[in-house]
Amino acid sequence: MISIKVPPLGESIVEATVSRWLKKKGEAVASGDTIVELETDKITVEVPAPRAGTLASQAVAEGDVVKVDQLLAELEESAAPATVAAPAATAAPDAEPAAAAPAPAPAAAESSSAASASSAVSAVPAVSAPKSSPAARRVAADANVDIATVPGTGRGGVVSKPDVIEHTEKKAAAPALETPRPAAPSPSSNGERETREKMSTRRKRIAENLLQSQHSTAHLTTFNEVDMTAVNAIRERMKEKVEKEHGVKLTVMPFFVKAACMALESYPVINAQVDGDSIIYKHYVNMGIAVASDAGLVVPNIKDAHAKGMLDLSREIATVAKRARDGKLNMDDLTGGTFTITNGGVFGSLVSTPIINYPQVGILGLHKTQDRPVAIDGRIEIRPMMYIALSYDHRIVEGQQAVLFLVRIKELIEDPAAMLIS
Amino acid sequence: MADMKNADVVIIGGGPGGYVAAIRAAQFGLTTVCVEMDKTLGGTCVNVGCIPSKALLTSSEHYEFARLHAAEHGVKVDGVSVDLPRMMNRKDSVVGQNTKGIEFLFRKNRIEWAKGRGTLKSGNVVEVTADDGTTMSYQAKNVIIATGSVPIELPFLQFDEKRVLSNIGALTIPEIPKHLIVIGGGVIGLELGSVWRRLGAKVTVVELFPTILPGNDTEIIKEADRIFRKQGLDIRVGTKVVGAKVDGERIAVDVEKDGAKETLDADYVLVSVGRKPSLTGIDAAALGLTLGKRGEIAVDAQMRTNLPNVFAIGDAVGGKLLAHKAEEEGVIAAEVIAGHHAQMDYKSMPSVVYTWPEIATVGLAEHEVKESGRDYKTGKFPFSANGRARTMAETNGFVKFIADAKTDELLGCHIIGANASDLIQEVVLAFEYRGSSEDIGITVHSHPTLSETVKEAALGVLGRSLHI
Repeated sequence: MISIKVPPLGESIVEATVSRWLKKKGEAVASGDTIVELETDKITVEVPAPRAGTLASQAVAEGDVVKVDQLLAELEESAAPATVAAPAATAAPDAEPAAAAPAPAPAAAESSSAASASSAVSAVPAVSAPKSSPAARRVAADANVDIATVPGTGRGGVVSKPDVIEHTEKKAAAPALETPRPAAPSPSSNGERETREKMSTRRKRIAENLLQSQHSTAHLTTFNEVDMTAVNAIRERMKEKVEKEHGVKLTVMPFFVKAACMALESYPVINAQVDGDSIIYKHYVNMGIAVASDAGLVVPNIKDAHAKGMLDLSREIATVAKRARDGKLNMDDLTGGTFTITNGGVFGSLVSTPIINYPQVGILGLHKTQDRPVAIDGRIEIRPMMYIALSYDHRIVEGQQAVLFLVRIKELIEDPAAMLIS
Repeated sequence: MADMKNADVVIIGGGPGGYVAAIRAAQFGLTTVCVEMDKTLGGTCVNVGCIPSKALLTSSEHYEFARLHAAEHGVKVDGVSVDLPRMMNRKDSVVGQNTKGIEFLFRKNRIEWAKGRGTLKSGNVVEVTADDGTTMSYQAKNVIIATGSVPIELPFLQFDEKRVLSNIGALTIPEIPKHLIVIGGGVIGLELGSVWRRLGAKVTVVELFPTILPGNDTEIIKEADRIFRKQGLDIRVGTKVVGAKVDGERIAVDVEKDGAKETLDADYVLVSVGRKPSLTGIDAAALGLTLGKRGEIAVDAQMRTNLPNVFAIGDAVGGKLLAHKAEEEGVIAAEVIAGHHAQMDYKSMPSVVYTWPEIATVGLAEHEVKESGRDYKTGKFPFSANGRARTMAETNGFVKFIADAKTDELLGCHIIGANASDLIQEVVLAFEYRGSSEDIGITVHSHPTLSETVKEAALGVLGRSLHI
């Protein structure tokens, strides 16, 4: 009996929801067949059968939340691996065991499929293997490698047997549980000027989400600029005291979270969501904070941010950002956001047009604060200025509302005392 | 001043590289001109190389079959003799069909054939001088140099194409030689030597290197040497030609092996010691065109020379002197000119020797893999264990694979045997896709076919050949 457990889900995710069973109890499965699909906010994980056999039990139900390494199912290994392999195996009696591996040559399986129709076990792994050689598929199935994750080097990116073997070795050499780093491959390690690398499943999902946002919304961005003099003065004055008494650093982020919550209160449609031909207004703000982590961009959110004070916000932003960087986020952190703030300024960005975190309808982009000459009461003064941007879904958010939303934030940040009067 | 016409692409040379480049360029809608000074298109390959030699090889094989092997099949043929003029006429008409075919393709693709000798001038102007001395100039946006190669001459044996022959003269000998000496045991020497041996000549092959077909896989060379000797070729390896004297119809060739001298007497000599790039009409020094060590035009993977918008392909750029290599390079050059991303990859370039049995190769020889220090496995399967080969009475030879020991990646395939030239092709395709021996081994091959030898040899790499 083989136990099938929740595989490592990647750095930032420790739990997943069982979204779909593809194999029923008692059903025959071939090695590599997907048994169950797990859903996380970032990726869908297909759990394959490590061997051919029969599904003996399902330990969890669809909709259950499961943790890494939790038991999902048990597999009764078939005694004689897939009957269809028999002809090949008998024909080569003194071949080493590998020759009679559980996954027989696809050709052999097809030619004898009529004879074994009742067993209905497809010897070809059901995993999506768009372009790969027959031997590559055989090796991948044996090594329990998802061939879709193997970069192909054959003509037209076809995955070859050497590709699978080299990929498997590389994976074995890498530290366990480590997801492939998105870092660019060293450019000329093998003297080639270009390298083709398959996107990781997570990267593909991020790409899909971003594209979906671009395709499903009427994306528009509006800009304004904010004089940070007042906020900087408060931070300068309070920083030490806050850190000493509450153990938390006072950054600009809680100011913007607070201001954004208040501005959203004035323009509730920017905190809404489109559902078919309805608009869902949320009377709470779960504030998404975009955090760059090693594994890619993640957007945990602060629940009920509208009801929280500056200290709570500071604390929660700090802990959630740390969890994101440590890869310790849970599902709850990642779901339920109603609006997002992204701060490209930490990397030095001066202006940008953020992409809406779909299905939300607005995202506030913060940027680098930079001393600039500005006209104040007819005189030129040097002020710490920041451009801010709001990308919004024009389907439900009017341009006027978007502009006024940014103006409201500008007012609140330039005169933080106004945040007290609400 | 002669007329000046504009063209997107002017190709100098109408051989397999040049004419294929012209067709590919025309397919992109580019105004294409191909300059060829010979009376017919097709270059060395079609006129005095691949095509006529294969015509004579086939005809002479039929003769040899009727004479030596028909009886084995229960076919009695009496009074077999050679009608040499007819054989030559047939060869000429096959050549004619091919050159006419290219002319048709030019008309179909609206390619202009500029008849005459092309000269590349600075500023990408190509001047074409016709036989009657008239000239015509083309202002070319792009130039492809496809001027081919010419046989290397020995200083003491200059070609007269009557008694001292290059590939050209060896295709038109008016009688069956009594004794033909072939200097150089490479592809051309062995193919044309085989033709005249089959037709009745005594043929002596003198090779300077310790083996015939130098550079090829050692096992293949050994098998080829054994078979060719058995067929009656007098093969002298490690033998140097030190001098020669032509006296009317007789040629005395002085050879030396391990210090021992000998004079061979022959009525015809074929000098096939190699070919060198031909740069007719290309004044490299004046143009500032960069050449390689052996006088070949230096190009990058996109067939670009160091001169802007000047490309070069085929034998003129060196490498393996193969028509299909030239064709592929021509296609790449045309595609690059049309703005496509294309570049040459020689890894899966096959080569064939059209002796009988044929020899076909792709990838590396075993000694080359060994020198690279890589761990490898080999798999071999003889034609004698193949049912179809036995029905054909073609049991000479074998298929040999070399694959990476760890990843099973195909590194080399060498076939000596009947129809090797066609059998190699599935391996070439596998190479293109970075295939493994297992890919070929687990692919169904029709039974009974010679191609099963390829499958079985591939399975042999995995230690699981079925029929041996």
